[in-house]
Amino acid sequence: MSLIANVKVRHNNFALDVQLDIDPGETVAILGPNGAGKTTLLRALAGLVPIEGRVELAGQVLEDSALRLRVPTEERHIGLVFQDHVLFPHLSVLDNVAFGLQAQRRPEARQIARGWLERAGLAEKGSSMPRELSGGQAQRVALLRTLATDPRLLLLDEPLSALDVTIRAEVRRELSRQLASFGGVRLIVTHDPLEAIALADRLVVLENGRVVQSGTPEEVTARPRSRFVADLAGVNLLRGKGRGDHVELAGASIAAPDAGDGDVFAVIHPRAVALYLSRPEGTPRNVWHGEVEDIDLHGDRVRVRVKSPVPLVAEVTPAAVRDLRLHAGARVWVAFKATEVSVYPA
Amino acid sequence: MSQVRIPAALIALAGLGLLFFLLPLAGLIVRAPWDQAVAGITAPETVTALGLSLFCSVAATGIALVLGIPLAVVLSRNTGNLRGVMRALTTLPMVLPPVVGGVALLLAFGRRGLVGSLLDQAFGIQIPFTTAAAVMAETFVAMPFLVIAVEGGLRSLDPRYEEAARALGAKGWMVFARVTLPLLRPAIFSGAVLCWARALGEFGATITFAGNFPGRTQTVPIAVYVALETRPDSAIVLSLILLAVSVAILVGMRDRWLGAL
Amino acid sequence: MLLVVAVPLAACSPSLNGCSWQGNCTEPRDTTIFAAASLFPAFTNIGSQFQANEVKARGRVVTRLRFIGAGTQMLTAQIQQGAHADVFASADTAHMATLEDAGMLSGPARTFAHNKLEIAVAKGNPKHVQTLADLSRAGLVVVLADPSVPAGKYAQQALSKARVTVRPASLELQVTSVLSKIALGEADAGIVYVSDVTSNAKVSGVTIPDEQNVIADYPIAILKSATNTTAAQAFVDLVLSPDGQAILKAAGFQGA
Repeated sequence: MSLIANVKVRHNNFALDVQLDIDPGETVAILGPNGAGKTTLLRALAGLVPIEGRVELAGQVLEDSALRLRVPTEERHIGLVFQDHVLFPHLSVLDNVAFGLQAQRRPEARQIARGWLERAGLAEKGSSMPRELSGGQAQRVALLRTLATDPRLLLLDEPLSALDVTIRAEVRRELSRQLASFGGVRLIVTHDPLEAIALADRLVVLENGRVVQSGTPEEVTARPRSRFVADLAGVNLLRGKGRGDHVELAGASIAAPDAGDGDVFAVIHPRAVALYLSRPEGTPRNVWHGEVEDIDLHGDRVRVRVKSPVPLVAEVTPAAVRDLRLHAGARVWVAFKATEVSVYPA
Repeated sequence: MSQVRIPAALIALAGLGLLFFLLPLAGLIVRAPWDQAVAGITAPETVTALGLSLFCSVAATGIALVLGIPLAVVLSRNTGNLRGVMRALTTLPMVLPPVVGGVALLLAFGRRGLVGSLLDQAFGIQIPFTTAAAVMAETFVAMPFLVIAVEGGLRSLDPRYEEAARALGAKGWMVFARVTLPLLRPAIFSGAVLCWARALGEFGATITFAGNFPGRTQTVPIAVYVALETRPDSAIVLSLILLAVSVAILVGMRDRWLGAL
Repeated sequence: MLLVVAVPLAACSPSLNGCSWQGNCTEPRDTTIFAAASLFPAFTNIGSQFQANEVKARGRVVTRLRFIGAGTQMLTAQIQQGAHADVFASADTAHMATLEDAGMLSGPARTFAHNKLEIAVAKGNPKHVQTLADLSRAGLVVVLADPSVPAGKYAQQALSKARVTVRPASLELQVTSVLSKIALGEADAGIVYVSDVTSNAKVSGVTIPDEQNVIADYPIAILKSATNTTAAQAFVDLVLSPDGQAILKAAGFQGA
């Protein structure tokens, strides 16, 4: 019942190259910035975009470019949920949910559809038209429409991003519930880390058409391998060459124990970065002169971005900002301890 | 709702445009012999011509729908050179002077025509001078309007509706009949109205291909032309009747049905 | 269907020769002639003769002739609506009489030609049509001119003289359309003028005996709205002259 896919797509300047192996019962989120190729991947699995490679679902080969085999979308028995529901505007809610069942020629399509609506608490909306529904209701109906056909693979394209922030949480909870009781393979595509972490058991991080990281949400954020995930986790991510006791970067060197050998990532939490008005003399080995680029208030913390040979974000208190009279363009010194640097292979 | 003030120059030009349409109509109405109008309306030749015109224009629109919608679908799905050629072919009747269209129809379907000669020899079927010929002439000049309107509708359709339908397991025909076609309704409607209106007013192709015979091929435009020479007042009355029928039908169409018309 | 021909002019010279008292003119004067469609080919030829005569007499072309040919009914309607013309040549006397009654002629109309009817058939007469009675044969596709057109009216008269009922496939709006349908092979036979058959090489004619035939009188007149009366009169004179009559006869008309 698992999905095993090796998908390559070439389109203008864009190249997608992804391998996936997903078991049923596992919700996988494909996470990445816009333009990473997430939607292309989803559409390729749905059979809407031709690929080079192979897609196998529950033992059946859906596509194999080497054998010139391609099962058309309508025969793949999958479920596709779009970002903004794409309910058929000329059909009632009930007819929308019954559509897939009618395509399967199920004799009591509307009856079965009604059942789904009732279980979701939307029974009284059955005769309404899609334009009369709220965003959240419409998205829920779109999900029901797909689940009603009992697909083997559920593909969700940014299911919550078109929704109002206030109702997102509620719809996310329901989505979580529905997914838990769904027996097939579940694949969500999103650029919202919160959505990914809340819904998925496993994350696959996609950047520029390639998988850069894969693992549980905790694993991925603990050891970010891309700017995107680093920003998500809120840490400073640097890449360079390990040289034993320091890491060589493009413009400078960072003292760090266990820097190892070869290509490495170096992560420093903004909390570990301190700012000074004059060159500090003390134990921190990593000290640079730089200029404040911008200052951002996050709750009761302030994030200060500093331009220096090593670009860094420091997290300080508002009082500190006042005392040091920090502003964009101010000259400062940044410092952090070598022991605060965590290094791992790239 | 705030409305942008339309510049005075635009209003003036629009007024001129409106006047350009209104004056000929006003001329018809003012010069009409209203005392003869009632007699004119009920005269058997008038009723015959009107009935024939309505029959032929509706039949032409029907054919245009059956052939034109699939044509529009194929046109919108194709890309490249083939589409360019097909598009040129389907819009050719719009550019061709109607009489030329009529001659072309004769050369294709006349007794000595490409297809017509075969029909004559094999089945003894002769198309020119029949009501069918009038319908064909009207279809020829009017169908492009429908094709273009529907093709426009197809291109502006969100492709994801069809993708959603396919993902739900619907095969080609079900997608077309239950999703594409219903969503195209406004475009089909406005295309059909344009097509019907054009068919109703057709003269040159009809007279050349189908000829003129009361009750069989004498549509209202031809009847008006014939009447103009000998009985101008009759011609005016007939013109007004056609005008009234057209206006009644167009006004009867709801705005939202016409959509982009 | 309108036909317009402007007989080209030669370069004008600044001489006062040939200009009327109306002023200092150096350019050829326009003269417009409305002629029934069936007269068109013959009149264009007469027009060329007219120019040739002018060149011989005055050394250059003085008058620019504009011929407008259409159905007689249409031309009459246009003149009644105020269209400007110097000369009108009609295909029947009824339309000319209408204009006379309305006081639009500057002088009496003169009959300058006659035309008789003839049955037109495809070249070589493949369907062996010999008489008007043959036109009622089943399976024969017959096309006539609409009765609102002089040729159509005359055809009906000839048919009732011969006591023949014809079921035409079409009543064409111009007699020339009858001819073209036969030439194209769409119709087997039709009734047109003798001059029409002469003008079209793809068509053969079958004579209609005089007792069944209808003689059409072609009148010509100068209109009150004429601006170039000298040239108009000169043209009418040429039409009535032996030269003009010869051209008409060659086109199939009978002389005045």
